[in-house]
Amino acid sequence: MNAELVGPDVLQRVLTEAMARGGEFAEVFAEDRTTSSAMLDQRRVEELSSGRDRGAGIRVVVGDTTGFAHTADLSESGLLGAARAAAAVARGGGGGVHEVALGAIAAHPSRALVAPGDVDKARKIELMRHADDVARSEGSSITQVSVALGDSTRRFVVANSEGVYASDHQVRTRFNVTCIATGDVGMQTGYRPIAGTRGFELLTPDAVGEAALGAARQALTKLDARPAPSGDLPVVLAGGSGGILFHEACGHGLEADAILKQASVYAGKVGEQVASPLVTLVDDGTVDGEWGYLAVDDEGRPGARNVLIENGVLTDYMWDYLRSRKEGRASSGNGRRQSYQHLPMVRMTNTYLMGGESDADEIIAQTPYGVYVAQLGGGQVNTATGDFVFGMTAAFMIEDGHITAPLRDCNLIGNGPDVLKRVDAIASDFSMTPGTCGKNGQSVPVGCGQATMRLTGITIGGASA
Amino acid sequence: MSELIAQAERLLESAKGSEEVELFLARGVDTEVQAYQGEVEELTTASSSGIGVRILRDNAAGAQIGTAWAGSLDDQAIENAIKEARENARFATQDEFIAFARPDGVTASALTLTDESVASTPLDEKIAMAIELERLVRSGDRRIRQVDAANYSDYIAEAAIVSTMGIRAAYARTGAYVSVEAIATDGSDDQTGWGLSAGRAPRDLDLAQAAADAIRRSTRMLGAVKPASFKCSAVFDPRTAATLFAIIGGALSGEAVVRGRSFFANRVGEVVAAPSFTLVDDPTDARHFSASPYDGEGLACRRNVMIERGELRGFVYDTVSARRAGTVSTGSAVRGGVAGSPSAGCRALQLSPGDIDQAEIFRRVGNGVFVESLIGVHSGVNSVSGDFSVGVTGLMIRDGQLAEPLREITVASTLQRMLLDVIHVGNDVEWLPGSAAGQTVAIANIAVSGS
Repeated sequence: MNAELVGPDVLQRVLTEAMARGGEFAEVFAEDRTTSSAMLDQRRVEELSSGRDRGAGIRVVVGDTTGFAHTADLSESGLLGAARAAAAVARGGGGGVHEVALGAIAAHPSRALVAPGDVDKARKIELMRHADDVARSEGSSITQVSVALGDSTRRFVVANSEGVYASDHQVRTRFNVTCIATGDVGMQTGYRPIAGTRGFELLTPDAVGEAALGAARQALTKLDARPAPSGDLPVVLAGGSGGILFHEACGHGLEADAILKQASVYAGKVGEQVASPLVTLVDDGTVDGEWGYLAVDDEGRPGARNVLIENGVLTDYMWDYLRSRKEGRASSGNGRRQSYQHLPMVRMTNTYLMGGESDADEIIAQTPYGVYVAQLGGGQVNTATGDFVFGMTAAFMIEDGHITAPLRDCNLIGNGPDVLKRVDAIASDFSMTPGTCGKNGQSVPVGCGQATMRLTGITIGGASA
Repeated sequence: MSELIAQAERLLESAKGSEEVELFLARGVDTEVQAYQGEVEELTTASSSGIGVRILRDNAAGAQIGTAWAGSLDDQAIENAIKEARENARFATQDEFIAFARPDGVTASALTLTDESVASTPLDEKIAMAIELERLVRSGDRRIRQVDAANYSDYIAEAAIVSTMGIRAAYARTGAYVSVEAIATDGSDDQTGWGLSAGRAPRDLDLAQAAADAIRRSTRMLGAVKPASFKCSAVFDPRTAATLFAIIGGALSGEAVVRGRSFFANRVGEVVAAPSFTLVDDPTDARHFSASPYDGEGLACRRNVMIERGELRGFVYDTVSARRAGTVSTGSAVRGGVAGSPSAGCRALQLSPGDIDQAEIFRRVGNGVFVESLIGVHSGVNSVSGDFSVGVTGLMIRDGQLAEPLREITVASTLQRMLLDVIHVGNDVEWLPGSAAGQTVAIANIAVSGS
């Protein structure tokens, strides 16, 4: 696994070939990914799977046009063929010889302490069984437990015609527990993920047991859930998964591809007060070990901490190579791609709301009536209108400042610029949660974070009047 | 295609001892064009291939399966995958229900799912279609201020499934799509709308219709308001109805049922939907873009009646879920590419058409909400509990006519209840990409959440 994917001489020749028809920019991204997954369902080890995918994506930019080709053939002839296919968009032909010279590589070794490949498969199964046991110890109403463990080792090297030459070795590990509780009126689900840009050291018996317990208790609690209310109510979001709110309410709208196409409600708003003064929002690829951590992005740019909103004022967008080139500025390290088969685009890494000074319990105590959301599921946004939704998978009523009845799952819906102004309290109990972000058909791992916070109102999409 | 079978047959010879081997080989060629401001913004040409391997070890106490995959069809990658799958099988729990599919005597339908013009159409013509689509939208209405994505894409895909159990299946499919997103403005409000057209080849595509769809959907949302919460009937357009049917299809999977994760479990023979509701999964109907002669285990696809006049008739099964349920496969294994293992799923759902059109449905509903797009389906639908709560954009229906546009609302109910509350089914069947065709349906007792 430590051999070079593609050597510097080959990269130079391939880049030169890619530029030969008049390209203004060319890039080779070669990747080798190994994955493994295991599933324990109803105490049966159902399936262990292993996968390997390797290949290279080559892009050539001419004016505002990008040509892209990918190949699973990492030989020099395979790469040269892909380079010519990508360069076909340079219709001017000619262009003269542009020799590309690469300097020293910026190499980033794996930061995993225990590489997934070094872990005995029996040990993985033992951990999954432990989670199953812990979940079932919560009582016979837990009728189903399924546990999934997966890891991926992704090595890539990226080089471009401007001399960027970098590699990364990313190891990610995840562990999900899903429980189903059965009661008199049907079934309810509970879910807890553990995920990090780490090796197997992430999965201690304690961490796994805690996730199992959380998933089981969540399902059990929801057995008594009543339909969520319908309409505009104050909402307190627990720390951690609540960060999805900002991911959807403004994160996607701050990605420069949407901005440059005037397809975001935040276009042209740098310097303006777009959120409550309590809001300071950061996207940060350097949070070590988090799900969205990266040493370099998929364009070879170092991961960075970028402040997007400071005390409610919009300070900057997120940028990849292509969009920053158009604006004559530097990339912010947000160029990401699902695999070598995809073009990079502007993506979030770890996006979080900075913690505040309030006390989480006090925020709840000072909310006479509303909804407490303990866990959020996914969400979706229309960046052009700003309307977004996110799902609550564990929630309760707040009555007279106390958390009371559990609520059934539903979506919440709001408009980003409006909701950002409705943040009126942020606590100090910051935490992060992993998620998978989908955009234009590409999925990448991201982190979301925040402390407990309150919105003065947002629409709860429940079924009860 | 025979090449893939031949390669697979050669590989089967590596089976060791009493083990069974199943191989899924796939390869494809894709072209994607994105136009922006009259130019090509992105042009992708790519070919890809891969293999999924499953190895079964049979023991006295039951069988074990191990799987592996590779994004390549070269011999070294395949050999490694076979080795990995063999190793993985050792760790699986021995299970009497685990088995590979055996040929079951059902003959695969002869379906024409390919059109050679996908390969023969010059790239320049494909590029021209994306550029023309963008132009049609930009010039079609002065309120269109931006077209942020106008895309053409096509594919040629081939797959083969062979096994030591005697399975030999191979099929090919082509497809072509255009899609476009328009942003309309009235000066103070911006709204978006999608248009698409799909077919087996470029010549099947209707650019004018896709453009008109994007324009109509975006412009008629201008000035949308957020109403106060209320309860009413909701009319789902064919696209959003198709999404609903696909969600219901998930709960009709025999796998979800035998795992106790479907609200339909133990309800065969019961009334689960309104009398007007007859839902059939039929991948042998070539009008479905997802039509297929073979399922994901290489058995012939067949027509399965799921719900007939409101009565639950049965589920779709793959080999393993069928054995657990004490029945036989319905030829309904689906798999998500080479990295996915087969599981039971609906592939080509269609609701029997009603006899009235959309305008008549509006008239009969009188007052309600017309749902034109959904947001947050993955976060708002729980297919175990049946809870349903999804963000929508659409329009009010007042006195049987479309009225003001609505935004930032959710519609909620439970899937169980929605099926029983279907009050009208339209005759306007639309064949769409995905696992279900759509048509207009009206559903009563929907909670609309607004301000």
